[in-house]
Amino acid sequence: MSTPERIGTIREAINEALHEEMRRDERVFVMGEDIGLAGGIFKITAGLYQEFGGERVRDTPIAEAGIVGLAVGAAMTGLRPVVEIMFSDFTTLASDQIVNQAAKLRYMTAGQCKIPLVIRTAMGAGRRAAAQHSQSLQAWYCHIPGLKVIMPSTPEDAKGLLKTAIRDDNPVMFLEDKMTYNQKGPIPEGDYTIPFGEARIHRYGSDATIICTSSMLYPSLEAAERLAAEGIEVEVIDPRSISPLDEKTLVQSAVKTGHVLVIDEGYQSFGVTAEIAARVMQGAFDYLDEPVRRLGAADVPIPFAPSLEDLTIPNADRIVEIIREMRA
Amino acid sequence: MILKNTDELTQAIDRDHLPTELYLEMYSRMVTIRKFEETVYDLYSRGVMPGLAHLYTGMEAVAVGVCVTLEAEDKISSTHRGHGHLLAKGGDPRRMFAELLGKESGYNRGKGGSMHIVDMNLGILGANGVVAGGLGIATGAGLSAKIQGAGWISVAFFGDGALNEGLFYEVSNMASLWKLPVVYILENNHYGEYTSTSRSTAGNALARAGAMDIPAVSVDGNDVLAVYQAATWAVERTRAGEGPSFVECKTYRWRGHHMGDQGDTYGYRNQAEIEEWMKKCPIQRFRSALVDGNIVEASQLDQIDNQIEQRILEAVEFAKAAPYPDPSEVYQDVYA
Repeated sequence: MSTPERIGTIREAINEALHEEMRRDERVFVMGEDIGLAGGIFKITAGLYQEFGGERVRDTPIAEAGIVGLAVGAAMTGLRPVVEIMFSDFTTLASDQIVNQAAKLRYMTAGQCKIPLVIRTAMGAGRRAAAQHSQSLQAWYCHIPGLKVIMPSTPEDAKGLLKTAIRDDNPVMFLEDKMTYNQKGPIPEGDYTIPFGEARIHRYGSDATIICTSSMLYPSLEAAERLAAEGIEVEVIDPRSISPLDEKTLVQSAVKTGHVLVIDEGYQSFGVTAEIAARVMQGAFDYLDEPVRRLGAADVPIPFAPSLEDLTIPNADRIVEIIREMRA
Repeated sequence: MILKNTDELTQAIDRDHLPTELYLEMYSRMVTIRKFEETVYDLYSRGVMPGLAHLYTGMEAVAVGVCVTLEAEDKISSTHRGHGHLLAKGGDPRRMFAELLGKESGYNRGKGGSMHIVDMNLGILGANGVVAGGLGIATGAGLSAKIQGAGWISVAFFGDGALNEGLFYEVSNMASLWKLPVVYILENNHYGEYTSTSRSTAGNALARAGAMDIPAVSVDGNDVLAVYQAATWAVERTRAGEGPSFVECKTYRWRGHHMGDQGDTYGYRNQAEIEEWMKKCPIQRFRSALVDGNIVEASQLDQIDNQIEQRILEAVEFAKAAPYPDPSEVYQDVYA
């Protein structure tokens, strides 16, 4: 890495990207519930209100459809809004604005307008927050042409991908796993961007491939470590951007290892894992030793009780078991 | 709650002594909309036009009375019943017809159709296929003007049906809270699709605006000068930075909700009621007022009618002759 860097959390990386982009481009403004004076419930936007003021850092009423609706109109007329929807579960309240307006306006108007809009939202289970504050709805938004869907897993990726998202001329769903906000890692300083559609290989191996999104990187890396002790070398790849998807890197790894497990925290049925598995099987069919396996959240509303919630989310033990089965 | 008294408006703007050119402009735009819509009726009935069409016939005074008060850089958002707003804001009938026929020369190169026409150069941020959909966009354009320090205001046209959508309350609350330059024009044509407002809407519309502290007035939407008076008041105060305004225009659509809603198919309104409203035709009323008031000769208006007739005919021919989009366009413009 040629860029100077420091060690920090994903929270700090996102916060830094927002500060830098707002300084760089006065068309960028942020809007959302409690994001200004209070700095956001997860403190992701802390300090923005103090530096940029209430005009560009707008505390809104609790009105998700209205927030995104205003952002679409602002994006159409020259601004670059970055809105925060507190929990991804609440994006459902704004889904008409996201799906019917933001995603479609450019196509419906044959390119007469662009919608440079970023919707940041906190996703993921594990916080004992029960069924309406824990979902991972990325599959919903990946399903809609016109949207881009980004899921960072490290501080470096969070910074580089958010800066790219803010500079992108399309609506981008930027999904942050709330359980990773304190995850530490290097944060490149300055003008650091990462192109969409480029997967990152976190660990090289030749025996099996794990394709994992967002926070699923961490149990995957843990599982890979444990499996290495047993002599199974696992390649761990994070697509980082789900739509667009770096199919090439995923297929290349599948061709190399012949065994693929896809992990995503969204529901397993009709989910991101299904789409990635289908594409990998199509691209690497002749090289696979068995059908691609999938691991997602259990198909239940996320329960509150910690003992139950833990059963619904993929974990390192389960990943190790599956890879062992595959290599048996 | 601030509700504007219509008498005050009458006193502030002398409707009987406006410049003749302005009267003629209003007349021309209303006739253009009427002829455009009745041509759409014909094209659709003969199977020339595919898809859906929601006609504005009978409501012309609303779009025109409002749009003649706007500047070129002002923005509007429209509805599924949007042809009238687009034409009133300066939309080109040739490119509109071409869009309705799915042609490459259409505003949206045939990808939008009747409910999605946009002309960014004219500040037309789009008709919208979702009831209340344009309210977010127009209010966002108002926010954009405020943040950028731009001089434009934005106008959201919406129907009585949208008044019961939650989005109206979310965005008008923010507009009032932040004093955004947005004018809300409620076109109350008394029916949301196939259900009368008496069966769908509690209380009264002005009180709903009043609850947000948005000054509001209700006018006869079939009287173009009454609409003009109210719109002038609303646009002036909103442009002066006093925050959003709200105007209810009571009117009626002569045709069905859409082209499939003909005669008694759905049985939700009767012929006597339709005929009663047709007697209040906004164009005929305005025409009579102009002629009876000795402002213009009937022959001059006849001449305008003929010119518009020709323009519409020519626009239809242009659209019919235009090519369909190349198949490769199906994958274009999904992303910027």
